[in-house]
Amino acid sequence: MKVRAQFALAFNLDKCIGCHTCSVTCKNVWTNRKGVEYAWFNNVESKPGIGYPKQWENQEIWRGGWELADGRLQLKSGSKLSRLLNIFANPDMPQIDDYYEPFTFDYARLQNAPLSEAAPTARPVSQITGEKMDKVTWGPNWEDDLAGEYDKRARDVNMKGLEKRIYSQFQNTFHMYLPRICNHCLNPACVAACPSGSLYKREEDGIVLADQDKCRGWRMCVSACPYKKMFYNWESGKAEKCIGCYPRVESGMPTVCSESCVGRIRYNGIMLYDADRIEELAATANEQDLYEAQRRIFLDPNDAGVIAAARRDGIPESWIEAARMSPIWKMAMEWKIAFPMHPEFRTLPMVWYVPPLSPVQSAIDQGELPTEPDGAIPQAGAMRLPLQYLASLFTAGQERPIFEALDKMMAMRSYQRSVHVDGKADTRALERAGLSEQQAIDMYRLLAIANHEDRFVIPTGQAEIKLEDAFGFQGQNGFTFGNDSSPGISGHSLFPERRKETVESNEPAPAAGER
Amino acid sequence: MDFLHNFIFGVYPYIATTVFLLGSWIRFDHEQYTWKSDSSQLLSKSGMRFASNFFHYGILGLFLGHVAGLLTPHAVFLALGVSDMAHQWLAIVAGTLFGGACLLGAVVLWLRRLANTRVRAASRWMDINILGWLALTAAAGLFTIPFSIQHANAGNAETMIRLANWVQSILYLHPDPSLVKEVDPAYKFHMFLGMSVFLFFPFTRLVHIWSAPFGYLARAYQIVRAKRVH
Repeated sequence: MKVRAQFALAFNLDKCIGCHTCSVTCKNVWTNRKGVEYAWFNNVESKPGIGYPKQWENQEIWRGGWELADGRLQLKSGSKLSRLLNIFANPDMPQIDDYYEPFTFDYARLQNAPLSEAAPTARPVSQITGEKMDKVTWGPNWEDDLAGEYDKRARDVNMKGLEKRIYSQFQNTFHMYLPRICNHCLNPACVAACPSGSLYKREEDGIVLADQDKCRGWRMCVSACPYKKMFYNWESGKAEKCIGCYPRVESGMPTVCSESCVGRIRYNGIMLYDADRIEELAATANEQDLYEAQRRIFLDPNDAGVIAAARRDGIPESWIEAARMSPIWKMAMEWKIAFPMHPEFRTLPMVWYVPPLSPVQSAIDQGELPTEPDGAIPQAGAMRLPLQYLASLFTAGQERPIFEALDKMMAMRSYQRSVHVDGKADTRALERAGLSEQQAIDMYRLLAIANHEDRFVIPTGQAEIKLEDAFGFQGQNGFTFGNDSSPGISGHSLFPERRKETVESNEPAPAAGER
Repeated sequence: MDFLHNFIFGVYPYIATTVFLLGSWIRFDHEQYTWKSDSSQLLSKSGMRFASNFFHYGILGLFLGHVAGLLTPHAVFLALGVSDMAHQWLAIVAGTLFGGACLLGAVVLWLRRLANTRVRAASRWMDINILGWLALTAAAGLFTIPFSIQHANAGNAETMIRLANWVQSILYLHPDPSLVKEVDPAYKFHMFLGMSVFLFFPFTRLVHIWSAPFGYLARAYQIVRAKRVH
C-alpha cells in the first residue's frame, strides 16, 4: 500500500442553476490572455447537448482516454510508437472551430460611426485574425438552456439507446447543467500521452500541471484527454490546463470556481488513495464495474492501519485530519450519492458529481406521479431525467447506483419535510432508502445548508515543513528579475518575441476630443 | 572571387556551426518557454496530415541521407562493397524521393501559412522566412540532381567524392575550400543555402528538432513530481 493524498472536488448538480459564475471567474483569472481566448478551464454545459468542444464525449471521434488491449491498459490513440509516428500531424486533434472561433465586438463603432438614421451595430471581430466575422456560428455555450435544434443536441452520446423521439416532445423534455473542469485524474491520459514529459501529477495533492518550460507543443495531450480539458495556446505554442488554482489551494483556500459558486454546489476536500492499485483498478475488465473500482481505490482515513501507512508515506497530520472531515468522502463513500463522470474512460477522474433530481410538481399535484409515503415528495424512479441518461454519464450505464443515490436524496427530503412541515419525524422513506436519521441530518447540513467550512476542508500546503531552507526561500517569489512574473524582454530580441495582448478591434474607440 | 569562395566554404561553415550550437544553448538556457514546435494545427487542420507528414518525413530522410552519404569515410563504403557508382545512384534516387516529398510538403505548408488568414495572423516573420528558405534549399538540392545524373551516366563520381571530402575536411577542422572550387555552381548554391539553415536555426522554431522525444518510448506512462527535497 502506498498512500497518497488527492485534492478532490464534488459538484452537487441538484443545486446547479447554470449561472456560469464559475466559468466567468475562472476565465477572468486564468484564460483572458492571447492564444487562450477560446479556452475555458471551467465551463457549464446544458445537457443533453454535444457540449464544448463539440462531441467531446464521443471517443469514436477523438480517441481520448484509455482502453483495454489484451487486458492491459493502453491509450485509445494507440501505442507510444504510433503517437510518435503521428507527431507531425496529430490525426485526432480538434480544430479551433470544434471549440469556437474566439470573438469580440467592434464596440468602437458604436462611438465613431457617422450620424445615420439607423443605429450603428458592433460587428463581431475574430480574436485570431482581427478581421470582421460575418456571423458568430458557435460559441462556448451555444446550447445554453436547450437552445438550438433538438436533433442536433440529441447527438449527445449519452442519448444512445434512449428513445430520442419521445424526449423531443415538449412534455417529455429533460434538462440538466453539467459544470466541467479538469478532473485531476489518478490515471491521467494527458500525462501518459505527453511525449516530452512536461505534464505531471503533483505528489502532494494530485493536481495535474503542465510544465510550461518543458512543453514542446506536440499536442498529444489535447486529443488524449477524454474530457477535452487540455488546451493548446496557439500563441505560446504550449499546452495549458486547469491548475486546480494551486496557489490558492496551497494556502488553504478553495479554487476560484468553487469559492465563487453562487449555488454553493462545489465541495473541495482531501481523499487518501492507494497509489499501488491505480493500474489494477483502472484496468477493471467490465466498464460497468469501474465506478465501484474507483471507490475501492480510496482508503478509509479513520482506519488505524491506513493512518499508520499515511504517516509512513509522509502525509502530514493536518492532511490526514482533513481527509477524515472530507466532504467528498461523505458523498462518495459514506452516502454513495456522488459519482465520477464517465468512469469508462478509465482515467479515474477526481471530480465527483451528485446527480440532479428533477421532480415535476404539477404532475405530483395531479396525482400522476408515485410519491413517498408522505404523499408530497415524488419517488426517485419517477423523475423527469431518464435514469439511463444519468447512468450513461456517471456509471457507464449501470442504473442501480444512480437510482439508490436519487432515492436517498428524496428520502432525506421526505424526512426533512416531515420534521419541518408536520413537526413530527417520519422515517419511513429513510428506512426504505437505508439511511439513518443522523445521516439524513448530516446530508441535509452538507447539501442544503452547505456552509463554507463544511464545503471546503482544505489543509495548507505546509511549505513551512516541506522546505529545507524556509529562510532562503523568502524573497524568491513575487517580483523577479527574470522571466517569471515579468515579460522578461526589453526592447528588441533576435529570439521570437511574446505577443501578450489579445486581438481587439482594429479601430480602437476614439479618444475624447477626437470625434 | 577566391576570397569569397574561401570565405563561404572555409569560414562560413564555422560561423554557422558556432551560431547554431551557441545560439541553441543560450536560447535553451534563457528562453525555454519559447522552445517549441509552434504547431498551427489547432487553427487549421485541413491538408496537414498530407503536407506536414510529407515535409517532415521528407526532410528527415534528407538529413539522414546527407549524414550517411557525406560523413561515412570513403574507405568504409568500399569495405562494405558499395562502389562509387552505386553510392551515386543511391544518392540520386533517395535524394529525388525525399527531396520531392519535402519540397511538395514545404510548398503546400508555405502557401497555407501565407494564404490561410488564421495561420498568417499567428505567424511570425521568421516562421514564414524559414519555411520558405527550407523549400528553396530543397528545390536547389533537387536542381543538382540532373548534374549528378550526368556524372553518373559518364561513370564519373569525382564531384560526389569531392563534396564528401570537403564536408569531412570541415568536420575534421582542416577546411579545404579548394576541394569544391571546380564543382558546378548548382551544388555551391545548394550548399550555401543549407549552411545558412544552421545559421538561422536558433532564431527559429527549428529548435524543436533538438527535442525530438525519443525518450518517450522508454518512459513510464505516468509522471509524478514531488516538491519536497529528497
